Amino acid sequence: MTVSHTLAAEGVTLGYGDRVVVDALDLTVPPGRITAIVGANACGKSTVLRAMARLLPPRSGRVVLDGKDLHRTPTRQVARTLGLLPQSPTAPEGIAVADLVARGRHPHQGLLARWTAEDDEAVAEALELTATTALADRPVDELSGGQRQRAWIAMALAQRTDVLLLDEPTTFLDISHQVDVLDLLTDLNRRRGTTVVMVLHDLNLAARYADHLIAVEQGRVHAAGEPAAVLTEQVVQQVFGLRSRVVVDPVSGRPMVLPIGRHHVEEQAHAS
Amino acid sequence: MTAVAAPPAALVAAGRRRRLLRARAAVGGLTVLLVVLFGVALVFGDTVYRLDEVVRVLLGQTVPGASFTVGQLRLPRAAEGVVAGAAFGLGGVTFQTMLRNPLAAPDVIGISSGASAAAVIGIVVLDLTATETSLLAVAAALVTAGVITLLANRGGIADTRLILIGIGVAAMLESVVSYVLLRAANYDLQVVMRWLTGSLNNASWDQVGPLALAVLVGGAVLASQSRGLGLLQHGNDQAAALGVPVHRTRLLCILAAVVLVAFATAATGPIAFVAFLAGPIAARVVGPGGPLLLPAALTGALLVLAADLVGEFAFGTRYPVGVITGVLGAPFLLWLLVRSNRAGGSL
Repeated sequence: MTVSHTLAAEGVTLGYGDRVVVDALDLTVPPGRITAIVGANACGKSTVLRAMARLLPPRSGRVVLDGKDLHRTPTRQVARTLGLLPQSPTAPEGIAVADLVARGRHPHQGLLARWTAEDDEAVAEALELTATTALADRPVDELSGGQRQRAWIAMALAQRTDVLLLDEPTTFLDISHQVDVLDLLTDLNRRRGTTVVMVLHDLNLAARYADHLIAVEQGRVHAAGEPAAVLTEQVVQQVFGLRSRVVVDPVSGRPMVLPIGRHHVEEQAHAS
Repeated sequence: MTAVAAPPAALVAAGRRRRLLRARAAVGGLTVLLVVLFGVALVFGDTVYRLDEVVRVLLGQTVPGASFTVGQLRLPRAAEGVVAGAAFGLGGVTFQTMLRNPLAAPDVIGISSGASAAAVIGIVVLDLTATETSLLAVAAALVTAGVITLLANRGGIADTRLILIGIGVAAMLESVVSYVLLRAANYDLQVVMRWLTGSLNNASWDQVGPLALAVLVGGAVLASQSRGLGLLQHGNDQAAALGVPVHRTRLLCILAAVVLVAFATAATGPIAFVAFLAGPIAARVVGPGGPLLLPAALTGALLVLAADLVGEFAFGTRYPVGVITGVLGAPFLLWLLVRSNRAGGSL
């Protein structure tokens, strides 16, 4: 059911006010794969995601979706292809999960907002995929952090877009819920071919779940490619200014970063 | 654990219908209440007329005494209460929804004060007609909204800062109103009360006409933006991601809401806290997540009618409607401020 879409940034310069955050950045999102954008705080990774979601118009260059300039395409049309989970979305007090998820149908509804059987199906499916069916009638503000995040993802799923952008979807979640959310995104990618692009803080989770890793440093793509090729001790040093060992994760076979820090220099030297 | 598995889509549809039904019942209930209260406002007064006399007046027949008291005094007063209340309610709930904060009502953030100040200057100083005053009030309210937005937008839009700046602007403009009223040579207490708290004492068909037109036009614009407005509750980013043209929606909503509040203020004065109270009350009546425009308009109308009746007849002295709504609104404002430190919820 999924059509593969191409999404790329071509020489994009982005900024807020007088400040340029991202300068002439080129980036291609591989269709049908999971891409993670990593980088130090304030390196511009969320800014890049905002530009790819049509939230921030580029100063120069363009973001291209299926060969067309994203910022010249009507927002409703974009919303049928691109879904977004922002970093801290808000919900009106007391809104039920099912109603929240139903709002994801907005880009598919005409001006008269006739609610169709297809809309109900999409909402039911989104609830099911995120295991929130049992929570459908509960108010969003009474859910736990992990449940709430799944409800928000369900809203993005009800939008039925082939590309899903997520800005730090695991923030404020404990480790097991972080894994839950990333497993869920992987399910979507495997079963439906959804292209996933997410900004992630945790390098090890990024390396484990992403097919394609983009390391951003001061508004530029420092390295991009398979996690094993991107996540090296050298790149971690250059992008995060952190000395580390990179080993093979015994669970997934992906690279795994062990930070060194100031207090464990001796052990590191000893081990090598 | 072994519940009969209904098709999930049917469950979703059932839940949606249940909530829709509740919202419709709420709107129905509010409408019935408004009609009853409107009847009460026509029947009761210093002279109490029978319902059939009132109906005959409404049908255009001549009833000695009632034709004047009901037809010329009570009817325009009640009608003005309804349209002004609806205008305040619509304007208030629009701002509160758009800025995701019940404190963001136009009567809290200085937009009503802008209209008041202009109207007071127009009437007391410039000696303008009612229509000219309305237009001046609309212009001043738009300028006030523009100034607040500009001040708040320095370095990115910050909705909380907009509210704080608005409260400051409101205080400034209200002192302008007090100053002009104090300097005016030939003011009387009614005029002063109208512009300090709002009152229906000057109600006339000349005022109801333009205001009703503003409610129709403004209400239609808001209705056309209603779904986008609802999605703005999730934040501008989320709304944009769902295909809402955020800037256009916000601009249209601000324009419509400001025009509504300004017309109402020009007619009745700033009836305290109606714009501020209508939305949150309507939200509680309708239930979470429902559409709020129509319920807030009905609630605003109800508030003004009820408060006017209470102010006229509940005490030995007559109080203007704004005094009563002010007494209701102030504790709610305090409660919101206390609560907002604990959790930052929207409507």
